[in-house]
This record gives sequence, structure tokens and C-alpha cells, in this order.
Amino acid sequence: MNGAHDLGGMQGFGPVEPDATSRGGTAPIFKSDWERRVFGLTLAMGATGAWNLDMSRYARENQPPAAYLGKSYFQVWLHGLETLLVQSGLCSRREIERGRAERPAAAVPRVLQAAEVAATLARGGPVQRASERPPAFAIGDAVVAKVMAPSGHTRLPRYVRGRPGKIVLLHGAHVFPDTHAKGGGEAPEHLYTVAFDAVDIWGPEACPGSVRVDCFEPYLEPAV
Amino acid sequence: MAGAHHDHSHSQAHDHGHDHGHDHDAGPDPMMKRVQALEALLVEKGYVDPAAVDALIETYESKIGPRNGARVVAKAWADPDYRQRLLEDATGAIAELGFGGRQGEHMVAVENAPGRHNLVVCTLCSCYPWPVLGVPPAWYKSAAYRSRAVLEPRGVLEEFGVRLPEDTEFRIWDSTAEIRYLVIPERPAGTEGWTEEQLADLVTRDSMIGTGLAKSPADLPAEPAA
Repeated sequence: MNGAHDLGGMQGFGPVEPDATSRGGTAPIFKSDWERRVFGLTLAMGATGAWNLDMSRYARENQPPAAYLGKSYFQVWLHGLETLLVQSGLCSRREIERGRAERPAAAVPRVLQAAEVAATLARGGPVQRASERPPAFAIGDAVVAKVMAPSGHTRLPRYVRGRPGKIVLLHGAHVFPDTHAKGGGEAPEHLYTVAFDAVDIWGPEACPGSVRVDCFEPYLEPAV
Repeated sequence: MAGAHHDHSHSQAHDHGHDHGHDHDAGPDPMMKRVQALEALLVEKGYVDPAAVDALIETYESKIGPRNGARVVAKAWADPDYRQRLLEDATGAIAELGFGGRQGEHMVAVENAPGRHNLVVCTLCSCYPWPVLGVPPAWYKSAAYRSRAVLEPRGVLEEFGVRLPEDTEFRIWDSTAEIRYLVIPERPAGTEGWTEEQLADLVTRDSMIGTGLAKSPADLPAEPAA
């Protein structure tokens, strides 16, 4: 979706504010205890398998732009978590507002136990998959990022759509977020890193160099 | 996104063994109340084990952080064979040091060189290589960084106090899929013969994102007199 999360190239947000760690000191990871709990709850609920990472990202970004930009980072996470709990039928909106169960729990595939945390994090969730189709592009191929405006989740940022680029890395086939976020299965697609010349995106005043974006095969077409 | 809301440190006691500062002058924090209510509901429903939530937080607050990445970079500086493996198969080379897993399943290492500077961003959310750098700092997740790193990297670097020669080629890596990028900064001069442990002290978190450079030996605190 063309949402407010797709921030690349926007202006007006002011300077970046480095933290104490950037200046050689140490900064806390969480600014308050509620952020700490939202982080832990989001990871723990993700581990239940009731939804996948792409659904989580879509739940966070699928908001009116003013609502998204008006929230702090962990408020966006909390919004995403509450949305997924309701959509998946694990909790009702009323239960969330009251903080009390009003109906029996739904079944979840797993409940992460404390003793399993280290092994679960170490295992992670690799998304590379076997593919019977060979990749359509090779390193050095000239491509163009498609012009598109899907209403659902996509990982092709607006700022490269329609721009020419060159394949610089091949990553094999990976779970395709656009399909996975909709519950349509993994539908693996070949993934490439595409280098877009900064001048082709931003014009002649651009800093010299390139912006490299990881693009799934359906996002690309051969340059003519 | 907006700056921090409800920033004060008020927190009510949890029933599972936290020991945080309690500032009861500020009144109940509406965010804290909402999150506590949600946690109580998820525990009552049996979807989460609060001890697992504690363990997840503890892992990223005190176990997994940029010291891991610093060890990877220091080894790459000290050991040319390791550097080559890191550039060819970063996931495998990082696993040799025991690091990997969530948000680092598919790693790529990119190397700075004279005239070439790499910078990592996630314009769409906040993708970041957790096993080697921990969870991202607030500025990495901010709208200011996500919007401008791709458009005006030179201006962003200046906000971190970094100035590069005018003809520097920027390579900006926008982490739009599940590939996670680690920058190998340039090895500082005057470190010939240093051990990996000594070199690791020069590798900052920001130098592995690209918003900083590695420290020089002169930046380190003086050795205490023998």
C-alpha cells in the first residue's frame, strides 16, 4: 500500500537525532517500561504462529497516514499487535479495552516458554526456499522497477518505482511478502539486490552513488 | 513518526519480579496501563508465558548487542581468510563466531574503502541485523532517518559528525526484504599488530551501520600507568 510508512525520500522530518551511544556513551534500548513490554509481548505473540512477520508489518503500516505518523515507534507496534489479536480472533476489542477475558481462549499453534527463548531466537525464521524456476535475471542485467500501486502489503518502495537499475546480488528464492501478508502462502520468488543510480532517483543534485534495494522478481521487468 | 510520548519512567509493579524505578508523582501512565492490561489479558488467555516475555526482553537488553558485530569486524580486519569468507557468505562466517538467528538469518557484509562508503537503512520499517547489533536505536527507526538516508546521506552523516570527501561514492542499502546488512568499516591507521580483542574496541555500533567511522587509537582512553 502507498502508506505513510513508505518514507524513503520524504522531507520535512527535521534532523536525525543521534543517541548517547553515537557519541561514545551508552543509551538505554527502551525509553520506558511499557515499550519494553510491548517489545516482549510482540515477539512472544509472534512465536505463537497465529500470524507471520509479513502480516505483522502490514498491520503496523495499514493506518491513515496521520495516525501512523502521530504514533511513536512502539505505539505503532502496539497498534499492530492489538489489530492482529482482533483479526485472528484471539481477543475481542472489548477484551483488550478491559484487560479481562470474556470468552474462552482460542487455540494457538504454540506458546513460547521461557526455557525455549534462547533456542528459538538462535533458530530464527529463515525465508529462503527452493525454487524450481531459474532466476529470470543475472548479475549485471539492466532492469526497471515496475510502476505499481497494490492496495495490500508490498516491499517495493515508491521512490524506485519506474526507475532503471542494475542487478548486483542474487539471493535465491525467498518467501514473497505480498502474498504471505494476505495469508496466501509462501509463494517463493527470486530475490535480487538492485542498484539504482542516485541521479536516476533524485536528479542531478543527488549525492554520487547508488541506492540498493532488495527486489523480488515480480517487482522487476527487463530494461528495454 | 512522532517523538516519544509518555516518556517519564513511571511504572507500576509487575507481578513477575521486575525491579524498575517507580516514580509515583507523575500519576498513572496511560500507555503503561494499556500495555499492562493487554499483558494481563494475554496471560489469562494462556497465549503468553510472562517469564518468556521477560527472557525475550532480557536477551536484547543485556545479551545480544553490537559487541557481537565488533568481534566479527575485528576478526575480518585481523584475518584475511575470514574477511574473504565474510564477504562471500556473511551468514556462515558470522555463525563461526556463534552469532545468528532472528533478524540475521540472511546476512550480507559490505566493506568500506577509500572513496566508497556504505550506509544501511530500512525506509519501510526498521529492519536491522539483530544477532550482530542488537535491536535498533530510536534514531534508526525515526522518520527523519528513514526518509533522508536514501536521499541525502551526506547531510545525515554530518548530523553524526562525519564528513567524507566530496567525491565519495555512497552505497545506500535499503533493507526491504529479509537480507540484513553489516558494514565493515575501514581499519584505522596505527593498529598494525593489534589483537582482535584490541581491534574490537575500535568498532562502534554506528560504524557498522555506516553513520560512523571506526575509532582511531587516539580515541581510546589512555592505558592506566603500570
